[in-house]
Amino acid sequence: MIKNFKKQNVWFVFTPYLWLVLFFFVPLALIFKISISVSEWGMPPYRDLFSLSENGLEINSTLGNYLFIFSDPFYIRSYLNSLSLAFTSTLLCLLIGYPIAFYVAKSKPSIRNILLIMLIIPFWSSFLLRVYAWKVLLQGSGIINSILIHIGLISEPISMLHNHYAVILGVVYTYLPFMILPLYGYLVKFDLNLIDASNDLGAKPINTFVKVILPLSLPGIVAGSMLVFIPVVGEYIIPEMLGGSDKLYFGKIIWDEFFVNRDWPIASALAMSGIVILVFPIIIFQLMYAKYNFKNE
Amino acid sequence: MSEPFLQIIDVSKRFDNVVALDKVNLKIAKSEIFSLLGSSGCGKSTLLRIIAGFEKPDEGRILLEGKDITKLPPYVRPLNIMFQNYALFPHLNVTNNIQFGLKEEKISKEEINHRVNEILNLLELNGLEKRKINEISGGQQQRVALARCLVKKPKLLLLDEPLAALDKQLRVQTQFELVNLQYKLGITFIIVTHDQEEAMSLSDRMAIMKNGEILQVGNPVEIYEKPKDKYIANFIGTANIFNVLNKNNQIIIKELNYEVKNINNKENYVKCLIRPEKISVKKLENLSDNLNIGVVKEVAYLGSYTKYLIEVNGFEFYSFMQNSLVSDNLQIRWDDKVKISFNETSIYFFND
Repeated sequence: MIKNFKKQNVWFVFTPYLWLVLFFFVPLALIFKISISVSEWGMPPYRDLFSLSENGLEINSTLGNYLFIFSDPFYIRSYLNSLSLAFTSTLLCLLIGYPIAFYVAKSKPSIRNILLIMLIIPFWSSFLLRVYAWKVLLQGSGIINSILIHIGLISEPISMLHNHYAVILGVVYTYLPFMILPLYGYLVKFDLNLIDASNDLGAKPINTFVKVILPLSLPGIVAGSMLVFIPVVGEYIIPEMLGGSDKLYFGKIIWDEFFVNRDWPIASALAMSGIVILVFPIIIFQLMYAKYNFKNE
Repeated sequence: MSEPFLQIIDVSKRFDNVVALDKVNLKIAKSEIFSLLGSSGCGKSTLLRIIAGFEKPDEGRILLEGKDITKLPPYVRPLNIMFQNYALFPHLNVTNNIQFGLKEEKISKEEINHRVNEILNLLELNGLEKRKINEISGGQQQRVALARCLVKKPKLLLLDEPLAALDKQLRVQTQFELVNLQYKLGITFIIVTHDQEEAMSLSDRMAIMKNGEILQVGNPVEIYEKPKDKYIANFIGTANIFNVLNKNNQIIIKELNYEVKNINNKENYVKCLIRPEKISVKKLENLSDNLNIGVVKEVAYLGSYTKYLIEVNGFEFYSFMQNSLVSDNLQIRWDDKVKISFNETSIYFFND
């Protein structure tokens, strides 16, 4: 009986790992393989890593793709653009999301659920549709311009679309719930007496926020920021739909290399570099943060 | 009472049309332990939160040493509150919790360390300085919460159910410690509690609250012996309340059919109270005397004393007898017939 249970247990635990191995690590390994392959015309557009010829086994591997992308400031700039977009929008999401999360967490339980549903409802419509809606709103003949012209604030439509501000707007709008929900999760557990206690001990509201509320909601801030920052670095659709030529982003560059230039090895090298550059600082941060939390437990 | 230390004048507070406090007036003297006693929802906690400054009263004023503090925010009021759940900061250790309030004042580091050490000694918290809040026991948490307030040297300390979170044994011990501490420091304490025993043993004076009103203010003896009405009599201790008849200048306790002879005040009282410990019962050896005879319906032996439920003419009341006063051969059991006696000075008359 117990033996059976254990057997089931093993499968229960291993199924998600199996899933990860099959659908995350295997594709990642394939991408890595392509990234060290040599580009050529044909289908697929790269030479096989191993080939048999009269000289025996031949290995057609190169680090040239990596050397190439790191020597071209074009790629580095696009990556920095994406990092700065991710950083700016994470910060904006935090600044906008924190008060909302706090308000929702501290409202009456009956109202709280309605407010949460209102936050989640936009998710029920397609992501593409929501971004496209902003395109409609922001365009020259869009609602915002029409209203501004109608009330006489402007005489000509202003160009709000196809620049990096529109991209930031779209990203913040789309990713805001990912910031609010983890923050809410931590703030809803927050004992309001702690705020009263801090006030009572002589701390002004701002000090109470900095010394009590902020440190106790730090795990929520970290979780929310990760959920926004990481996907935004690779974000492709929003820059494609709302962005212009003023700033190029990493996700779009990879797309272009894959499908426009059909240079799979370069595109794969870009994707791999992006992951490595992003993953290592985050792992280090997580380890440090876990250590800090452990010290504070 | 000369200039009262804390004065609460006509304070009212409503929450969405529910009256939490209705024109409450109270004067509290310096260095006294004052309890606000009442069942849940009586407004005692709201009053405490208004004194602390967390709530603003809809009407009325709060004067501390003659100074109006009604509109002051909590962080400038020279008083502190100890919360029922202690509200200790979970991200800070014991020392940092205690010095939290001092750091908000402009005090030198040496002075802070000195005062923190002083309070750690006073409350016997040495050795726990670096501990996290979840690493110490409930009793220790209570002392840290107390230390965090006292280190600020407040003029007034508010305590919200200070002992409710402790287990019973610790509670009794802490009660005495709290009184000793107050005596040593001379800080005025206002304690909110629903536990009448706690209020009786801790307070110099207490106020009984119900439905946002103060029913009676007095010292524990006054409240116990001379409750203003039936509600208070029942709320504090066990009460035997009888109806009083006034027939041709005869004062008669109706249920016992007993005439009170030595009464100088012949006012028209309608009720009287005789506390159970003032009624003694004695097992009848012969059934000759027919007066004041009751039947024992229940016996609860509680070690030092025994509770008896007595029935007379269909009316039930309690008698508490010290066990040392009952001889072994006269042990009272269920359905025994007993003779009831009490001193006429033990009868307290009141109007409903």
